[in-house]
Amino acid sequence: MTTTTDLVSYEDALASYDPVMGLEVHVELGTKTKMFCGCSTSLGADPNTQTCPVCLGLPGALPVVNATGVESAIRIGLALNCEIAEWCRFARKNYFYPDMPKNFQTSQYDEPIAFNGYLDVQLEDGETFRVEIERAHMEEDTGKSTHVGGATGRIHGASHSLLDYNRAGIPLIEIVTKPIEGAGERAPEVARAYVRELREVIRALGVSEARMEMGQMRCDVNLSLRPNGTEKFGTRSETKNVNSLRSVERAARFEIQRHAAVLSSGGTIVQETRHFHEDTGSTTSGRVKEEAEDYRYFPEPDLVPVAPSREWVEEIRASLPELPLVRRNRLREEWGISGTDMQAILNAGALDPIVATIDAGADAASARKWWMGELARSANESGKALDELAITPEQVARVTELVAKGDLNDKLARQVIEGVLAGEGTPDEVVDKRGLKVVSDEGALTAAVDEAIAGNPAIADKIRGGKVAAAGALVGAVMKATRGQADAARVKELILQKLGVEEG
Amino acid sequence: MPGITREEVAHLARLARLELKPEELDHFAGQLDDIIGAVARVSEVADQDVPPTSHPLPLTNVMRPDEVRPSLTPEQALSGAPAQEQQRFKVPQILGEE
Amino acid sequence: MTDIIKLTAAETAARIASGELTAVEVTEAHLARIEAVDEKVHAFLHVDREGALAQARAVDAKRERGEKLGPLAGVPLALKDIFTTEGVPTTVGSKILEGWIPPYDATLTKRLKAADVVILGKTNMDEFAMGSSTENSAYGPTGNPWDLTRIPGGSGGGSSAALAAHMAPLAIGTDTGGSIRQPAAVTGTVGVKPTYGAVSRYGMVAFSSSLDQGGPCARTVLDAALLHEVIAGHDPMDSTSIDAPVPPVVEAARNGSVEGMRVGVVKQFRGEGYQAGVVQRFDESVALLKDLGAEIVELDCPSFDLALSAYYLIAPSECSSNLARFDGLRYGLRTGDDGTHSAEEVTSLTREAGFGPEVKRRVMLGTYALSSGYYDAYYGSAQKVRTLIKQDFDKAFEQVDVIVSPTTPTTAFPIGERADDPMAMYLADLCTIPTNLAGNAAMSLPCGLAPEDNLPVGLQIIAPVMKDDRLYKVGAAVEAAFVEKWGHPLLEEAPSL
Ligand SMILES: [Mg+2]
Ligand SMILES: [Zn+2]
Repeated sequence: MTTTTDLVSYEDALASYDPVMGLEVHVELGTKTKMFCGCSTSLGADPNTQTCPVCLGLPGALPVVNATGVESAIRIGLALNCEIAEWCRFARKNYFYPDMPKNFQTSQYDEPIAFNGYLDVQLEDGETFRVEIERAHMEEDTGKSTHVGGATGRIHGASHSLLDYNRAGIPLIEIVTKPIEGAGERAPEVARAYVRELREVIRALGVSEARMEMGQMRCDVNLSLRPNGTEKFGTRSETKNVNSLRSVERAARFEIQRHAAVLSSGGTIVQETRHFHEDTGSTTSGRVKEEAEDYRYFPEPDLVPVAPSREWVEEIRASLPELPLVRRNRLREEWGISGTDMQAILNAGALDPIVATIDAGADAASARKWWMGELARSANESGKALDELAITPEQVARVTELVAKGDLNDKLARQVIEGVLAGEGTPDEVVDKRGLKVVSDEGALTAAVDEAIAGNPAIADKIRGGKVAAAGALVGAVMKATRGQADAARVKELILQKLGVEEG
Repeated sequence: MPGITREEVAHLARLARLELKPEELDHFAGQLDDIIGAVARVSEVADQDVPPTSHPLPLTNVMRPDEVRPSLTPEQALSGAPAQEQQRFKVPQILGEE
Repeated sequence: MTDIIKLTAAETAARIASGELTAVEVTEAHLARIEAVDEKVHAFLHVDREGALAQARAVDAKRERGEKLGPLAGVPLALKDIFTTEGVPTTVGSKILEGWIPPYDATLTKRLKAADVVILGKTNMDEFAMGSSTENSAYGPTGNPWDLTRIPGGSGGGSSAALAAHMAPLAIGTDTGGSIRQPAAVTGTVGVKPTYGAVSRYGMVAFSSSLDQGGPCARTVLDAALLHEVIAGHDPMDSTSIDAPVPPVVEAARNGSVEGMRVGVVKQFRGEGYQAGVVQRFDESVALLKDLGAEIVELDCPSFDLALSAYYLIAPSECSSNLARFDGLRYGLRTGDDGTHSAEEVTSLTREAGFGPEVKRRVMLGTYALSSGYYDAYYGSAQKVRTLIKQDFDKAFEQVDVIVSPTTPTTAFPIGERADDPMAMYLADLCTIPTNLAGNAAMSLPCGLAPEDNLPVGLQIIAPVMKDDRLYKVGAAVEAAFVEKWGHPLLEEAPSL
């Protein structure tokens, strides 16, 4: 394995070469059972508790196709503007590997269920780029191996490995793009935007949570360079299992720089698989195959062809939700915000919570403000996703309602949210328990105002003398005395009234 | 059709994960060559415009509902394992990475 | 009292049902027979004495309680060691699965148990069902009860020998290229390959998925039909299982007749390689059918000449993939795990040590046929041949109701004779293979002894897809006529062991 890699600067690479990318994304479906057997797919089970003769590849066992798996594949295909095969088959991809119980993967080969589509993706500046889809096909996941005895738990230096087949047979949809050309220097950004958009689509379809950090969505980045102005593709490298959006972009960028370095020094690119390293942002050579891959694909004789009727396909098409890009553009217009603002909302994973909060009665601006402000901060601090926070959109909507009614001010509202997040109950319960209502009792407020004027005669004089801005200090004193529970605007009104000053 | 060489047999044996002995390579090279020679006549129909048959019966769309069925217990799953550890199948060190 | 072991399954079941015999008595009689003769025959790889007796006792208890018994309740059966049996070893005749105890029952095993059939044990077979002689078993060959120095057919030689030696009145076989019918022919017994998809393959260790089919073996046509009815029917665990009612095979077997039927004789099923006595008995069978009222029609099925070649590409291709799971990691044999070898090496060492030469040969042949660059010429063309064979059958069945042929070109050959000549061995399945490729149904039943060697000759009857009942209708008529002509069933002429 090479440890150091020469790079040329990104700008220099692009000055001479044109990148061509191919992205292969594997998505684990969220079906209840595996693709070919009735074992549960739920996460976190003890090892080898979700296996049966079929997914363990025991002698004699036979597969039966999960209908929901096929339906999900069609949903994805339709959302990606693909044609849906009238007739297709599963095929066996033959190769030996210990995490694959049958030593062949049941997949699809030359007859994918969906093909010839596209996905429009939006870049940071709002520009749209169309990524053409070659195919989306059905297959199954492998088991998980743990390498024991090596210093790092990695494969190298391990004395043996332990295999858990709970994941073996979980349905996967593999989505393959056509070569992505013409992205130029924006290729890494396109890669990232594509994977993000694909993830949004998958989630919107309800076929998978597509959590990359949990391996439910994994991306292989194929990249090659060709001299600017030429047509013929160069030799590609395949960077496997890149597992975050940021890494997809970094991997593409790194490979562009690495390829350029090799090519510009007169070298040739080896067709090989490469591994991406999060820590260094670089890739290293994986296995260089001594012999060409020969998967000996042939039609899976234990399964019969899948021939989705046109009625079924149209039924599925009719049930598709509004797709994310369409929805985003609609909401952006409805809310009157910029593309950059929308991008920030997306990056924060706040779109769905905001929409749900609006649906629960909040106005759009307030919903955005809380989710992108207080709640985003809290999520960031606790390392959680927004939808993992212990507050519901309905509760956020209730907080905005209390603010709108004047029962809470922003400062108090923040404390209410803090209380809800800390598990102290609903917003109303937190208001009660913490005693956070805005003090609107005029008697108590008047007394507090009098006290503040009496305690700060110099400031009071300034105000009387016309320096209205000085009222802030007295407001502060009243707020302190009321532990923040007063309505600041009302306090200021009272102070000016007491001191006989009209606000200008 | 090409004759099958000893090297080709060695390549097939690697693909099929068979650690053949040298004398087996020779023996099989001869036999496979004979068999392939005899069965190669199927390619007489290679140019014919006939659809291939992969399934003897014309069934389609055999699927099952997405309903959980009982799995084996881990004891049953591991009952045939040549070696196990921590409720997992224990295998020698894995060299390549797919 | 008639010797229990000589009874047919139908008679045995009737006597158990009437209380004349108990299931335990019947089972013990067969276990005793196995004890007495199987050392010579070697039909069984595993005798499940305790399991069989427990099952028999359960049948007797059921009867005593007045519960309804199935049509084969208490009848002993010899199960080919290719079907998984929970808690009972399943080896498929291979060293690579030596000692493996499946954690689950095949669908067929479940059906037998549910029908109160008593499973005596697991029978010997060619390793992974690859062979026509049972010599490829890792556990040694089985002898033909007619002449222990000869092969009992294969791959299901253990099952056919168990029937012929009266160790069981019923047996189960599997037929990928003739492995039920060819053993039946050379042992003077009855064997049926049902329509592909009629009997569930779930739990039947796969050799060639698109060809494999389990089926009944017996000493009479009616017994085969009774067993057929127990094991056939839709199974949601097998995607290739037919979701339709089982054809009325028992009714057909009880009402044998060929009156007014059109019976086809295919000209490709004779000529070079056919033993004279086999041809003679076959011609007599055709004459008999005519006497019984059938109309004989000559048929030309030119693509049948390519069947053997197509078979020896398709079956090895599928098997090379089906057998990949035997890697020494999850179950079965593991060789070379001494701390110095990688998983990959241990897999190669295990497969080298665990597979016999015929299995290795076919795995490599299949690996070759599926390789890029060869796929179209070999596997692809073989699948086209398959289409042509189906078309030939379709045309033939427009003209006839059933087709007849010799089951095998020769009678049982001596053990060892073709052991290292794979091509000669493959010829044993010349007449049986087209049916596997097309997926339709066929039966073999005895039609006499070849004059030159006094060994049994099989008559094959072939029916269209899902017309399995026709096999039994014709088979029962032929069987009755022969028994009348001979004055007794053919097996009575077998030497005593
Ligand atoms: Mg894939
Ligand atoms: Zn399973």
